[in-house]
Amino acid sequence: MISLEWVKDYIDISDQDLEELAVKITEAGINVEKVISNHIDYLVIGKVISCVDHPDSDHLHLCQVDVGGEELQQIVCGAPNVREGLKVIVALPGAVLPGDFQIKASKIRGVESNGMICALYELGLEEKTDEAYARGIEELSDDAPIGKDPLVYLDLESTLYELDIHKHRNNDCYYHIGFAYEIAAILNRKVTLPDCSYQEIDDNVNKHFSLEVETSKCPYYLAKMVTDVKIGESPEFIQRRLIAAGMRPINNVVDISNYVMLEFGQPLHFFDKDTLGDHILVRDAKDEEEVVTLDGKTRILRSSDIVITDGEKPVCIAGVMGGENTEVTDTTKNILIEAAIFDAVSIRYTASHLDLRSEASIRYGKGLNYEYTMMAMNRACCLLEKYAGAKVLSGIVSHDVVDKSEKVVEFVPEQVDKMLGIRITEEDMKVELERLDFPYTIKDGKFRVVIPKRRLDVDPNVNDIAEEIGRLYGYQKLKSTLPSVGIRRGEYVGDVKYRKAVSKRLRSLGFNEVKTYTLVSPDMSQKFDYEGKEKCVLPNPMSIDKSVVRTTLIPSLLNVYQYNKARKVEDVMIYEVAKTYDKNYQEESKICFLMKGDYVVNPWKGSMKGDFYLMKGFAEDILCYFGFKNRYRFEKASLPDMHPGKSCQILIDRRPVGILGQVHPKVCSDEVYVCEISLQALMQGVKPLKFKEASKYPTIKKDVAFVVDKNVSSSDVEMTIKKAGGRLLHSTYVFDVYEGEHVGNGKKSLAYNLLFMSEDRTLTDDEVMKVFHQIIDKVCSTHSAEVRDK
Amino acid sequence: MNVLEVKKLMLDDLSDVTDLKTLNDLRVKYLGKKGLITELNSEIRNVPKEEKKAFGQSVNEVRTLFQSNFDEIKTKLEEEELNKKLESEAIDISLPSTKVSMGAPNILEKLIEEVEEVCMSMGYDVVDGPEIEEDKYNFEMLNIPKGHPARDAQDTFYVEGEEILLRSQTSPVQVRTMLKGKGEVPVRVICPGKTYRRDDDDATHSHQFMQIEGLLVDKDISLSDLKGTIDVIVKKLFGEDVETRFRPSYYQFTEPSVEVDISCFNCKGKGCNICKHTGWITIAGAGVVHPNVLRMSGYDPEVWSGFAFGFGAERMAMLKYDINDLRVFYNTDLREVKNFDRKELKNND
Repeated sequence: MISLEWVKDYIDISDQDLEELAVKITEAGINVEKVISNHIDYLVIGKVISCVDHPDSDHLHLCQVDVGGEELQQIVCGAPNVREGLKVIVALPGAVLPGDFQIKASKIRGVESNGMICALYELGLEEKTDEAYARGIEELSDDAPIGKDPLVYLDLESTLYELDIHKHRNNDCYYHIGFAYEIAAILNRKVTLPDCSYQEIDDNVNKHFSLEVETSKCPYYLAKMVTDVKIGESPEFIQRRLIAAGMRPINNVVDISNYVMLEFGQPLHFFDKDTLGDHILVRDAKDEEEVVTLDGKTRILRSSDIVITDGEKPVCIAGVMGGENTEVTDTTKNILIEAAIFDAVSIRYTASHLDLRSEASIRYGKGLNYEYTMMAMNRACCLLEKYAGAKVLSGIVSHDVVDKSEKVVEFVPEQVDKMLGIRITEEDMKVELERLDFPYTIKDGKFRVVIPKRRLDVDPNVNDIAEEIGRLYGYQKLKSTLPSVGIRRGEYVGDVKYRKAVSKRLRSLGFNEVKTYTLVSPDMSQKFDYEGKEKCVLPNPMSIDKSVVRTTLIPSLLNVYQYNKARKVEDVMIYEVAKTYDKNYQEESKICFLMKGDYVVNPWKGSMKGDFYLMKGFAEDILCYFGFKNRYRFEKASLPDMHPGKSCQILIDRRPVGILGQVHPKVCSDEVYVCEISLQALMQGVKPLKFKEASKYPTIKKDVAFVVDKNVSSSDVEMTIKKAGGRLLHSTYVFDVYEGEHVGNGKKSLAYNLLFMSEDRTLTDDEVMKVFHQIIDKVCSTHSAEVRDK
Repeated sequence: MNVLEVKKLMLDDLSDVTDLKTLNDLRVKYLGKKGLITELNSEIRNVPKEEKKAFGQSVNEVRTLFQSNFDEIKTKLEEEELNKKLESEAIDISLPSTKVSMGAPNILEKLIEEVEEVCMSMGYDVVDGPEIEEDKYNFEMLNIPKGHPARDAQDTFYVEGEEILLRSQTSPVQVRTMLKGKGEVPVRVICPGKTYRRDDDDATHSHQFMQIEGLLVDKDISLSDLKGTIDVIVKKLFGEDVETRFRPSYYQFTEPSVEVDISCFNCKGKGCNICKHTGWITIAGAGVVHPNVLRMSGYDPEVWSGFAFGFGAERMAMLKYDINDLRVFYNTDLREVKNFDRKELKNND
């Protein structure tokens, strides 16, 4: 939150419309999410010309008020202090006061009233206390200009910008001076830094204090001391500004430390010198070391944290929060001011493991400009002297190994032009650098720019400079060009290619694509666990139901089915292709499809219901589509959470690649079929497509039915037929299956259609009959079958 | 009977015929073995020699007459019979059809496929990479070292220590692609894919979501080239009259970085709920590839340059199809998605 009234201390923006300025700032790269203003339309300064008692009330007054218009306004006012000649704040009809209180012309006890004479608390500028209420309406001084905005006159007008600052800009736009520099760049104006001057007394801080820094995570540590501090209330402007920035005023001393932090972005810490002692040691914390912080809580530290100690015990968690033992209290007289820089990563880590994100830790965590550390220290001394009666000791205790090397970038203008794709003249480039307040020199057409320390986000390379120049020059001046690159055709690469192909095929078969979550509950992860893979479990999940990386998609698809069923969608055909991972992060993309209900739907004529064999057909279509005809097999299998009599494994070249079948009725009482196939298994070499001419010679068709035991599988019989049939047998398929009284208990009849054909001649009946009988004999002997009488 | 009598009887008989069976019976009656015309033929024996020719001719005339009448009537009756049959076969064509339908794509995938199509036409390959990813690829090689504040914005699901994670962006795929290129060949890819962040699921957040990132690395590539490329994509998706606007922004792996706004396709800039009355909609983040990122992936920034862009698939789909709760992408109600199997062709060429 940035207060524009505060920013005005450092840059002149009195001529700016703050709404328009917010747009300019946003266009230059810092998002002003919201402009919050306390401005109220139709609020004017008025003068009470006459004031008489209301004819029908013992406390109301009837006032004629001059608000700068041609006519006087009649306003009924109940305040005890309203009187003739008084300058007042008037809310005219149309004004909307805080709390969405709309002012309208109305009648009060039969008398017309055109507005309201206001107290400050009614405008949200003061708390509504009994005291404020008793005081009545706000009395303005006689020089108040009639008809003008009273908030402007009282200097109470405030506008706040709520920023969405991207991470890198936080460190310079998280405080008012940094923000003033941004406005300065946009408006091409100069920034004036605040007064940091003060008187020093003879006494020297070094006589009272010694400093030792043991840790490498504190490159910069400054301390100064003040005495004779008088704790009290802060001046009003400090309180008002802190409140605007979202901080609560506490007392003049604490407020000053916060105020300076909001000015320079540099957090300060004030120790009560008398409880602290005469030594400071900055060191790494010890594991399990304890410190009680300002908020009264005991914090347990880790060795990666930094602590400020008095030589023995911790008195402050560096950069995060002070200790209770050295806190500034109402009786504090002597203060040690700390201004330091700590390792940003370390502070961020500490704040995170302690779950203690303070205003200070946020700022330390973003990194600080060392130039402001000393300035902030001086500014604090200045304000303490002014507003807390402090006497500042001379000298400074310091530890300084901070890297002060300059960030310099050299470039020729063409480099920036090339990066942006537009031509910016050297003159324009100079203008932009000056606006940015980036010092530069030019030699032989080459720019040499020194990046100011306050811009921690700008690295010394051409890209960063191009960005800074470009954003101020205006990205709306960019052209729309296409890259001059070679012509090529884009392709789906690797598993994406296969995913797209199978996706297209499944859609054409009627399956709808769904998308489900990779993370599932432990319970879900154990369902349909047909591969028994070890699972990858998240160590710190958000919730238990999203804690395991799934190895199968079936449970997720079953959930989608249940979701649709609950919404009365009866026929469900869905699929998903997604990646799965096991404990060793081994990736396997899987194709999963699910079917329940009708495939071809016609309620009045009769529909075609999905069943095992239809699902098997879909699976075969996918396998054949990818070129695995004659290389796959379905093998009956007992699989977890699947119907034991209606499920199978799918194999390619004898290697299991997936499963197919009905979901176990215990898992889902509906007749739901699922199939899951490994996408990786399909990503292997297959025969190229080749045209094959159909045979010109006639076919001879023979039928035969075998009675076999019920548990003999048709595919085995078929295999025997094919082997025995040899080259003359063109194809065979089952055309009838029968179980029942005609074949006896525990038996079934399988009827096959056999098609004989040769590629090079017309077959004779004799040679066909010979093979036909061979087939019958072989099936009978191999499967204990009998030929069913014709 | 003499010829004239036969002729008269024949014509009378034929005129009475109303069905094919009677017609066939007449054929037997006149042309059968003992048919009346056949018998006339055999009587030629008894006709005097000089009259034989004339007699023969007159019998033939009767025969021909019969045949032509017969054929005509047969055709007519057959037609009538067929019409009768067809009439009896008439159905109520207003009864509902038998439903066969192709499956619909997931709405997000449909959106992504549209982006893929336009990008592939500009020479971008479509690639994907691991969803369980190494910190190195997800952060470090994208110029986001350990402890960097940019990591906070992407509250990451860690899988093992701080080294293995569920990718929080699809950018690691770009890194992997660049590494494959070994700093020698130009790169042009888009990487649509699933990403994960620790967000609670609600109408606008999801712990699992999809990004579409694009990367081009070549020579002399500028920010203006990026603008032109994004123009092509958004015009294809949201209409030819959509304008693009760049605003400065910040991403760790691009510099300069921009946020991409498009002019509101709904209100054409006048202001509506979709654009929150600003006339503009933020649609992507993009920028010139940071020299550190190029360098870490083996591309010399003195020689190569490039741009990267990233769209949120959910946001795009929500905008394009007027969806206000992103959970519909992950909780599929088939009644809601079924429409999405249709084409959106426009005859505007």
